Amino acid sequence: MAKNIKAPEALKPHRFCPGCGHGVIARVIMEVIESRGLTNNFILNRGVGCCCNLRSIEVDGLQCSHGRSCASTRAMKLLAPDTCFVTYQGDGDAYVIGLQETLNAAYAKSNITLITVNNSNFGMTGGQMAWTTLPGQITTTSPYGRPVDGPLPIQIPEMIANSFDPAFVARASVQSPAEINKLKKYVEKAIDAQMAGKGFTMIEVLAPCPTNWGLTPEKAIEHVATDMQKYYPLGVFADRT
Amino acid sequence: MAKKKMMKGNMAIAEAALRGGMDIYAGYPITPSTEVMEYLSGRMIDLGRVFIQAESELAAINMVFGAGMMGKRAMTASSGPGMALKQEGMSYMARNNTPAVILNVTRWGTGLGSLNAGQTDYLRDTRGGGEGGYRNIVFAPNSIQEAVDITYDSFEVAEKYQNPVVIMTCANLGQMEEPCSFPEFKTERPTFDWAMDGTGRGIAARQRGEGSIEVVGQHTLDKVNAMIENEQRWETFEVEDAEYVFVAFGLPSRACKDTVKALRAKGEKVGLIRPITIWPFPVKAFAKLGSQVKGFISVEGTNVGQMVEDVALATKKVKTNLPCYLLNHGGNLPTVKQITAFYEGVKAGNIKEVF
Ligand SMILES: Cc1ncc(C[n+]2csc(CCOP(=O)(O)OP(=O)(O)O)c2C)c(N)n1
Ligand code: SF4
Ligand SMILES: [Mg+2]
Repeated sequence: MAKNIKAPEALKPHRFCPGCGHGVIARVIMEVIESRGLTNNFILNRGVGCCCNLRSIEVDGLQCSHGRSCASTRAMKLLAPDTCFVTYQGDGDAYVIGLQETLNAAYAKSNITLITVNNSNFGMTGGQMAWTTLPGQITTTSPYGRPVDGPLPIQIPEMIANSFDPAFVARASVQSPAEINKLKKYVEKAIDAQMAGKGFTMIEVLAPCPTNWGLTPEKAIEHVATDMQKYYPLGVFADRT
Repeated sequence: MAKKKMMKGNMAIAEAALRGGMDIYAGYPITPSTEVMEYLSGRMIDLGRVFIQAESELAAINMVFGAGMMGKRAMTASSGPGMALKQEGMSYMARNNTPAVILNVTRWGTGLGSLNAGQTDYLRDTRGGGEGGYRNIVFAPNSIQEAVDITYDSFEVAEKYQNPVVIMTCANLGQMEEPCSFPEFKTERPTFDWAMDGTGRGIAARQRGEGSIEVVGQHTLDKVNAMIENEQRWETFEVEDAEYVFVAFGLPSRACKDTVKALRAKGEKVGLIRPITIWPFPVKAFAKLGSQVKGFISVEGTNVGQMVEDVALATKKVKTNLPCYLLNHGGNLPTVKQITAFYEGVKAGNIKEVF
């Protein structure tokens, strides 16, 4: 069967490391946006982290301050309810420094779509520990491994799904073509739900950061599929689309 | 203009912003600014506009940031520690050329502050406040009517420079009532080629904010120079032959004006410069003074002197090495008696200049 493999037009070459998960996720989002005919009715706000590199995508969007993208996006959506809004943030951005803004956007039932890229560290600043870091994981600020009896990796999708009546919440992974296809289905659901005005939508995506994990791209993918998933189960946690 | 109405300063400013075309307000409660958001929470709904009670001042300023980038008229208000939380967002707005209006109903002092009407945010607000080098125009009205008039046109000023505008009042001006009249609702609205609307036309503006050090640096410098050239506002009173000139802004300037009147009645040659913009500081007002001036007295509600530094710089426009004195009235409004006594001390040589 012939498949259309042409990249979405607004997507331009990016500057992520080889084997990074960000590029795949950006492409999936833009494919969905293009397929819905939303490229010219779309605002893509970025958190601070390696996602800053998404500035190369030629669509409207704001470089927000670290952690605050959900706040900015919420307000913008209220001013343009018919425009599609995605806030694209890292795990450090959305779940550590921006935990307050993230939870409040969900709490407020803001009709926006949050995509969080969970690579279990602060990638851009060179691999420090985040609240998503796995027990035992060595980072530049947990040189002996994150304490195994310390705080557990934070599960924000589950928390939001259980607490705030969101329209759609899921966790996906870029570990295989099959999972990437699922990710795409989730993004479609979230965007369609937003355009139908159904409320807060969110997808967390597990993604490799081979550079800071000190792993080859292949080994990094394997780590996502095995170790990370012990703490981050994939699937849909809320769906009233 | 409609007939005059008694109104609290905070509410009057809120109503003026509505009439000036405010599309969205986002804020978090803090005394003595809270009446602004309480008043707007109903009025904005009535008028079909957007009101958000945000989870923090951090969130509120970032809501205003997003809205401003869409070319919408956005405002927030706060005080003391709340204003401190807004500084990072305001720096992002300077970087991204975002118009917006930010009202600081000042408290006095550091940390949690006190509910007195201080002017201790002077240096922070006139220097930008957040990271990087930038400036905001800072208006400092001394009456509720002046606050109304400034607020009404403040969105256009912000749009002209694509930069945040700060309005600094104080606990007293925010809480007291005065008669004021309101202009009509603005109906004309400009459109902006830089505003984000989802079609992609905001890309160029975004790329400018994300440009090289040279591009961003030069653009900021050009903007700041244009504001210094065009936006200095002030009032002078009895300065033509004045030997001592008081400098005061906001409510304390009223006591200074009364003091000038009282001292003039006794034959003393004193005058007043009242900055209406505290940034850009009205250096042009100083440049117009004659060579008879013997000294300046900065009357300010600070603890460590703040405006006196700008006064000292501005005296270079009169002649070199004129003494600048500081009457620091802290968190209470100065009285005519207090200012007169200070002036007499200066004249008698009993008070040491700061600069
Ligand atoms: C207020 C503030 N604090 C710190 C930083 C530095 N900083 C930039 S990106 C980042 C971490 C980003 O991590 P994450 O959100 O997980 O994104 P990733 O790079 O891993 O995709 C930090 C701490 C900043 N830009 N602003
Ligand atoms: S540091 Fe990690 S997250 Fe950032 S681009 Fe490289 S691989 Fe991707
Ligand atoms: Mg990360």
